Amino acid sequence: MSMHYFANPTRFTRLAERIQPWAEGLAGVLLVVGLYLALVEAPADYQQGDTVRIMFVHVPSAWMAMFCYSFLAVASAIALIWKHPLADLAAKASAPIGAGFTFLALVTGSLWGKPMWGTWWVWDARLTSVLILFFLYLGYMALWQAIEDGQKAAKAAAVLALVGAVNVPIIKFSVDWWNTLHQPASVLRMDGPAIHPSMLWPLLIMALAFKAYFVALLLVRMRMELNLRRIRALQLAERTT
Amino acid sequence: MGQFFEMGGYAGYVWPAFVIVLVVMAVLWVASRRGCRNSEHTLAALRKNRQQQGIDAQ
Repeated sequence: MSMHYFANPTRFTRLAERIQPWAEGLAGVLLVVGLYLALVEAPADYQQGDTVRIMFVHVPSAWMAMFCYSFLAVASAIALIWKHPLADLAAKASAPIGAGFTFLALVTGSLWGKPMWGTWWVWDARLTSVLILFFLYLGYMALWQAIEDGQKAAKAAAVLALVGAVNVPIIKFSVDWWNTLHQPASVLRMDGPAIHPSMLWPLLIMALAFKAYFVALLLVRMRMELNLRRIRALQLAERTT
Repeated sequence: MGQFFEMGGYAGYVWPAFVIVLVVMAVLWVASRRGCRNSEHTLAALRKNRQQQGIDAQ
């Protein structure tokens, strides 16, 4: 099956409508289980007390912030190189989701930083690079809005997305490259997770819940963008005839 | 139960973090669903309109 098989918009919409309820259900169930584990079952940390529970929403949000941008950048590259007709819609649809999760990573981080570091914010490499990520999302969305010609907008936005992709590895390795208040990776490291299973499980379940939520939301937003593109085409046809 | 809500004295940080996550996720969800539904209606209306125009023209 070629990459262009699901490029057929009608085929895509049918498939999206079939997958969406499953992704929704999975996200809902995982979210309930994850929240229960995070708020009730997981132990308080011996140093951080109950503030450690913020980790269960902060870390998955931050992972999603990076994941959404990587998705956006790859989709943009596919749109630019292979002109896949759904790729730029996928990129556009993922941007508000990524912006939302980046915002949540920043806010929950701030709520965790105040009691543990004694400050809401520091201008260190990790926090600053995530703030830049947030602005990249906003800039990307603004660029789509600013250019009226859909094809030109898609191209400009895709170029911006690819240039901004440099920021993703900077975020990931910022805690190793520079001195920072932010702790280094505890889960995604070469020698295995340095976190107790009683905290690792709720974390992974919340992360999966956010992933399923992303899939469901992406499908809804892609269907919307597809409809909007058809609407624009019809309106244009009406104006010219 | 009271102990649960107190969060070891950090209730003012822990609860807002969870609440804002759920609120943002819910708002994004509702807005996207509504946007999708609106786009479906607009598209259907446009198509119907064009069909009628096509019939009128004949």
